[in-house]
Amino acid sequence: MPVISLESYLLVGMMLFAFGMFGIITRKNAISVLLGFELVMNAAGLNFAAFSHFTDKTIHGQVFTLFIIALAAAESVVILALIIAVYQKMNTIQIDEIDSLKG
Amino acid sequence: MTLSMPPIPNLHAIAPEIIVLLTSLLVLLIDLIQLRGKKGGLAFLGAAGLALAGIFSYKLLQHPLATDIPGFAVDAYAQFFKIIFCLAGLMVIGISVRYLTLEGFSLGEYYSIILLAILGQMIMASGTHLLVIYVGLELMAISLYILAGFFKHHPKSNEAAVKYFLLGSFSSGIFLYGIMMAYGLTGSLDLSVIAGKVAGAELTGLLLLAVIMMGAGFAFKIAAVPFHFWTPDVYEGSPTSVTAFMSVGPKAAAFAALIRVFSSAFGTLRVEWTTLFICLSIATMVTGNLVALRQTNIKRMLAYSSIAHAGYLMVGFVAGGELGISSMLLYLRIYAFMNIGAFGVVILLNRVGGIGDRIDDFAGLSKVSRASAFVMLVFMLSLAGIPPTAGFAGKFYIFMAAVKNGYVWLAVIGVLNSAVSAYYYLRVIMRMYMVEPGDEPVLNVSTALSAILLIAVVGIIAIGIFPGFCLDLARTSVTSIL
Amino acid sequence: MPESYFPILLLLLIVGALASLILYLSRIIGPHEMTDAKAQPFESGIPAATPHHGSLSIRFYIIAMIFILFDIEVVFLYPWAVLFRRLGLFGFVEVVIFLGILTVGLAYAWRKGGLEWE
Repeated sequence: MPVISLESYLLVGMMLFAFGMFGIITRKNAISVLLGFELVMNAAGLNFAAFSHFTDKTIHGQVFTLFIIALAAAESVVILALIIAVYQKMNTIQIDEIDSLKG
Repeated sequence: MTLSMPPIPNLHAIAPEIIVLLTSLLVLLIDLIQLRGKKGGLAFLGAAGLALAGIFSYKLLQHPLATDIPGFAVDAYAQFFKIIFCLAGLMVIGISVRYLTLEGFSLGEYYSIILLAILGQMIMASGTHLLVIYVGLELMAISLYILAGFFKHHPKSNEAAVKYFLLGSFSSGIFLYGIMMAYGLTGSLDLSVIAGKVAGAELTGLLLLAVIMMGAGFAFKIAAVPFHFWTPDVYEGSPTSVTAFMSVGPKAAAFAALIRVFSSAFGTLRVEWTTLFICLSIATMVTGNLVALRQTNIKRMLAYSSIAHAGYLMVGFVAGGELGISSMLLYLRIYAFMNIGAFGVVILLNRVGGIGDRIDDFAGLSKVSRASAFVMLVFMLSLAGIPPTAGFAGKFYIFMAAVKNGYVWLAVIGVLNSAVSAYYYLRVIMRMYMVEPGDEPVLNVSTALSAILLIAVVGIIAIGIFPGFCLDLARTSVTSIL
Repeated sequence: MPESYFPILLLLLIVGALASLILYLSRIIGPHEMTDAKAQPFESGIPAATPHHGSLSIRFYIIAMIFILFDIEVVFLYPWAVLFRRLGLFGFVEVVIFLGILTVGLAYAWRKGGLEWE
């Protein structure tokens, strides 16, 4: 069995983080932004698990990953409810169209 | 991977948290039993729970307990912040009751979620382990997303919640990635262990990046420039009572965690992050005050004013040491009184449909109600930092600390900014006293709101004249972490 | 032995290249005319009786969201279940507190009508 090195995990994590951040910044659809957010959270979760195994040698990082999973779920449920409320009210979930407050 | 049987923790040490959690659940359950009817009783129950938690915190501040809970400090420093959170929560519940009924959103879960947000803040203030701090932060943030969108039939409230979430999730992602990098580099999440590792290792670019990412996460929560873009929109769109809550509690909680993380875990990198926070502080003060000058909506003006105040607070953080940090603590306490008070007066003028949100709506308030105009006068003078109000005492100690620790020029910038800020606070006072009332303002006076405004005014004047008691309390609290 | 995975990599590359090639060819060679029939959701079927973008009941979303929450919270029960004996009474009490808080949430969802289909 080939051993997967820490660097590989970090590389995947970094790519997920970059894709997620890219999605959060460029997407106009609220659901797509939520997807980007999930990618960022899971990128960090993956890296925590990897560090936990390679660097720390304890389970603290893995415990952190469990918490990230639960918190990401809680957060996405709240934003989904918000998106439904917004859609019922304004008939759109395009972020640039939700712009009545002037900056 | 060894596992030892965890000892039963000393429950007395976490009594404030337990009380807040139980009150929150109780409020929710009682609300379910009586779906209809008045919610005043629930507000009272929530307020009572917060008062009890605050009293327990005060007792713990006086007699700190040694605790064996890993990652959770019960020191005087945390208790000082918990008193601020309970006080702010109490005041927000007081100003909410009639406002919610008026807007037609009198729901029990409002109080329950406020209590949960306060629980998150308490956990942030006590956490000495990055996981604990992160969970507290998320508990607070998720509660605030819900609260911002609480008026679910108002498009503005919806929009505020969506914007808050979008920018909040971005910052929490960066913060989480920062924690992850710190963990990867030091192999621990415990602040004291990280401090040891950081002190022993040489400074690398990655470590600096981790520090900057965590700093950015906190800077978002305290609304520091350039992470402030959400603030005006979210403050304007959210229900006014929620805005009052948002402008104090989360800011104080983020400062609590920021001070603990940066001065303990990254204490040896002080030179590096001080430079960072000097830049943030100057940018925040200048931007906040200059943009506040041309606002016509009182909620937006107070939003930029709260950004500027984050800048003053960061001056205290940069100054550091016992003097700097204790002056910050004192200022946060004062800030809770004056900012929630000011939003309370906005609620007083509020009528359905966003009337009462413009600065022009304050015109001639002194003719309509002498008392409410005087109350607003005190809050505005205090925010501007004019003696004999507490705002002056707070700013005085912060800038003194900066001067004593060798940041004279930073203090000068702060004082100049404070002078600029007087202009837009005095503009509100001018409207109230010099301009004839337009269409007759109607005031929503209620017992709870009046009581809160009275407490705030008495607090501001009392601390303004005798700052010693609070300052001593802040000093003892700070010595527990330095 | 990373070399033993080489055929799989080769297969992936060939499949990917072939798929892209075919898609690309059909794009440049094929005609592009949009007709009414093509715009139908089922091109060769009977005409649609109702608008095809009919919305699902909002109840569905609420139940789905409640499901996500309670489903994910189980993540904290697995570690406890694995170490049930070693954590003993302390762990049991902790989990009961955790589930108690969740139960309050469930009671809330139930009482507010979040679990009803109609």
